[in-house]
Amino acid sequence: MADTAEGQTRTAISAAMQQSVGSELSRMVSYPVSESDIRKWALAVYYPEEPPARFWDEEAAASSRQGGIVAPEDFNPFAWLRAHPKGVSRSSAATDADSTERSLGIDGPHLVNQLNGGVSVEYGEPIRPGDVITSVTRLGQYREREGSLGLMLLTPMETTWTNQRDEMVKRSTLVLIRY
Amino acid sequence: MFDVASLTVGHELEPFSRLTDLAVWNRYAAVNDEYVPIHMDDEAGRAAGLPGAIGMGNLQWAYLHNLVRQWIGEQGRVVKMACQFRNLNLRGQTVTARGRVTGVDRGPDGTDVDLEVWTEDQDGNKLAPGTCTVRLDG
Repeated sequence: MADTAEGQTRTAISAAMQQSVGSELSRMVSYPVSESDIRKWALAVYYPEEPPARFWDEEAAASSRQGGIVAPEDFNPFAWLRAHPKGVSRSSAATDADSTERSLGIDGPHLVNQLNGGVSVEYGEPIRPGDVITSVTRLGQYREREGSLGLMLLTPMETTWTNQRDEMVKRSTLVLIRY
Repeated sequence: MFDVASLTVGHELEPFSRLTDLAVWNRYAAVNDEYVPIHMDDEAGRAAGLPGAIGMGNLQWAYLHNLVRQWIGEQGRVVKMACQFRNLNLRGQTVTARGRVTGVDRGPDGTDVDLEVWTEDQDGNKLAPGTCTVRLDG
């Protein structure tokens, strides 16, 4: 609940939404990460300058502390296509502000827009070519506040990535802002 | 290379800077599947109550990692990172990632260094402030 400037209290959090806190929102498995995936990612995040050689040159990477090519920490192995669930991702999820709750089979908050409010990550094992990453995301505790754009609903999404050896790759929390 | 033993609070990292135009945004959208209308189209941005198309928060996130990786080189690894997306990255802005040391903890397994990190526009307005911890050898 959030208090308005007029002293009123309003909320976009329904009972069904509150009861869904802790639920699994998604489970994804990547295709095996390729050296080409890592090279393209590095080119994009350092564009227009050349990325460090350890991200694209096997010889340079072999003499690095990792002993071979590894992905930048911010690499995403789930973009465009996943091994599970199969098929091209639906881009509408990025613009549908109710998609989080809809994926749980409940009504959303019926807010219009959504933005990425912030992220925190703890890193474990680096991602190497050939790795298959599993991502599990759970719904965190909703919060609300009044902002410049009106009632703002803050939704934490808590995600853990593991590799095929069940080693932790990263634990992250992304806060979705809806208004 | 820098001397880990002489590292102190207040040390400033060499900045990482990029002009964020559509070519930059497009490259990132291409690898991260972020062809979202508000990131590509001024009309879509305005329809969402924004000044126009806005840059992807994930790209700010990547620039913060580039900043830290550029600094630690082969001397350590990123342990954790956090940031908030406080202000919008508009097309044509020059975004600079900066950082400074806020804590140094020397232990048997290496030196843990806490950092204040942030991105800012060409006028010094902070876009994505955050924190980071790295573990350095030695």
